[in-house]
Amino acid sequence: MGNAASIPASAVAGKKHDHDHSAPPKIVAVDCPKELEREPLVLNGRSFHWITNRIANVCEDDMPAWWWPAFIISAGVMGMMFSLLAYLVSTGVGVWGLNNPAAWAWDITNFVFWIGIGHAGTLISAVLFLLRQKWRTSINRSAEAMTLFAVACAGIFPVFHTGRVWFALTPGYLIPMPNFNYIWPQFRSPLLWDVFAVSTYGTVSLIFWYVGLIPDLATLRDRARNKVRGFFYGLFSLGWTGSNRHWSNYEKAYMIFAGISTPLVLSVHSIVSFDFAVSNVPGWHTTIFPPYFVAGAIFSGFGMVLTLLVPMRTLFKLEDIVTVRHIELMCKVILATGSIVGYAYGMEFFIAWYGGSPYELYAFKNRAFGPYWWAYWSMITCNVISPHFFWFKWCRSNMVFVFLASIVVNIGMWFERFVIIVTSLHRDYLPASWGYFTPTWVDVCTFIGSFGLFMTLFLLFIRYLPAIAMSEVKGVTPQADPHHPLGGAKGGHH
Amino acid sequence: MSATAKTYGLLAQFDTAAGIFEAALKVRDAGYKKWDVFTPFPIHGMDEAMGLKNSKVGYFTICGGVTGFFTGMTMIWFMNMFDYGLVVGGKPLFTPLFAFPVSYELTILLSAFATLFGMLVLNRLPKLYNPLFKVARFKAATDDKFFICIEAADPKFAEAKAVLENAGATAIDIVED
Repeated sequence: MGNAASIPASAVAGKKHDHDHSAPPKIVAVDCPKELEREPLVLNGRSFHWITNRIANVCEDDMPAWWWPAFIISAGVMGMMFSLLAYLVSTGVGVWGLNNPAAWAWDITNFVFWIGIGHAGTLISAVLFLLRQKWRTSINRSAEAMTLFAVACAGIFPVFHTGRVWFALTPGYLIPMPNFNYIWPQFRSPLLWDVFAVSTYGTVSLIFWYVGLIPDLATLRDRARNKVRGFFYGLFSLGWTGSNRHWSNYEKAYMIFAGISTPLVLSVHSIVSFDFAVSNVPGWHTTIFPPYFVAGAIFSGFGMVLTLLVPMRTLFKLEDIVTVRHIELMCKVILATGSIVGYAYGMEFFIAWYGGSPYELYAFKNRAFGPYWWAYWSMITCNVISPHFFWFKWCRSNMVFVFLASIVVNIGMWFERFVIIVTSLHRDYLPASWGYFTPTWVDVCTFIGSFGLFMTLFLLFIRYLPAIAMSEVKGVTPQADPHHPLGGAKGGHH
Repeated sequence: MSATAKTYGLLAQFDTAAGIFEAALKVRDAGYKKWDVFTPFPIHGMDEAMGLKNSKVGYFTICGGVTGFFTGMTMIWFMNMFDYGLVVGGKPLFTPLFAFPVSYELTILLSAFATLFGMLVLNRLPKLYNPLFKVARFKAATDDKFFICIEAADPKFAEAKAVLENAGATAIDIVED
């Protein structure tokens, strides 16, 4: 640590008199300042065994009383979504409120909304890993699970908005197979890029998540109280022993996964934004879209992580592992990305004026003051104003406030996608083809139903799998360091 | 070799991260080859302490990535130019530019599969049978205890017990194969 700064004032005071080049410099006793301890990632100095017990017990003990009602309601809402999708397939895509200028509306809004939420999981697991942000260990498992479930929700909407779903799958609107005229899908379309981006994203996130789970599944296998659990955890932990020869390959693989997931997560939402930006529609055709979409995705994703984690840490008494500091750091990410999103809103308007295209300028005036003004100003209130409360420590560390703000962020981000898609489509170049989109009850209930799918999957996840990465949390405690006194080292730091 | 044919090795328990770290240094310096360290989480610096070389997983990744990229480019060229060329919007039938996003995603997809496959192959996983699981104490290796196993197949196995005791083991078990 900077020794110059730590020379005591008395030693400096006497310096003027004996500033003599011929004499050797006086040796002064320097009080080294105490090294500032970082706030610990696991509070109260918990032992390895406490960490294992506390996290494993969540998925080993009977679920608390609220779990069953929550599960039944979620599963019911999910069932509603699947019934409505069956209704759509059997009746036609007209059961949604789509019309001729607004051929994309709630379906694609919901798709972009869910896929954006997924981005926080990969950001936490990959980008924060590469940046050596050790606090990620307490939240990465549940955030990655959330990613997978959000991608599952997202995938439903573009598939079903094709109407005749069986053609989307085979032979190929989406999957590259020749159709009935032997024509292949054409790869000049960003919609096809999107198919590859989203399916790659879902697959790689699943692999990354599973690889992270292997050591923890071995822990559950070794603690299993009955044969069924022992069998299944044993099967999926692949015979993991914690061998250091294995850890060596495992850690290298984990780092590579983080390395390839980082460009992946940036590319996925960039390609989602190409769905719009590559077209010629005023309001969509802008180069700011890729970075602006990625920032928005991280913003909404962290919002959803907080919505899930703030209640979870209290309900399962995980406050020593998911600490207030973790919540505060996530709020700061929301603040940073929310500011980027707010900047992008302003810059879009500036370029619409500065670019000199009357259609572009009209699209933006119409966005803020046209028939969808209420959606635009809801978006601004939720996304531009609400994150700035997180400048204040009180707001970041008050769990009720954080929970409510995280929901506001997600409402805002849903409105953002709605505003971008519907306000741009409903009035384009030709006033004769202008229209107005109103959702039907099927639109609304299908979207609500996707939350049922999301929550059902998440509740099953906390029921059967460790919601926090046990081996990783143990690895960032001081007693895990063989050179730390708490790790048993003699003589402290060297 | 003093061990009987049935013995798989000796399993020594250690209670702290520093304990296992120091012990690994001693076992390595005593010249053992067929031995391993078992920890509930990766311990920083243990690869060097055991004298392990850098993992080879990366070679699998690069092979997967290169395959993915060229699969993407070739597939798009084949579908949109070679097999059934169809002019859309006056754009060329093939350029690497519009083929790039899909090839890029396939690069990452096949890299990920290759990395997973490489990690499992190098670790010889999944493994259905492991004699270490017969030791009741070993269940703590995924919880809060640290272990060293020296295999009976190691030429210096005769002195293994003394080396492990000297290294500060808190318990030693004989592992039956």
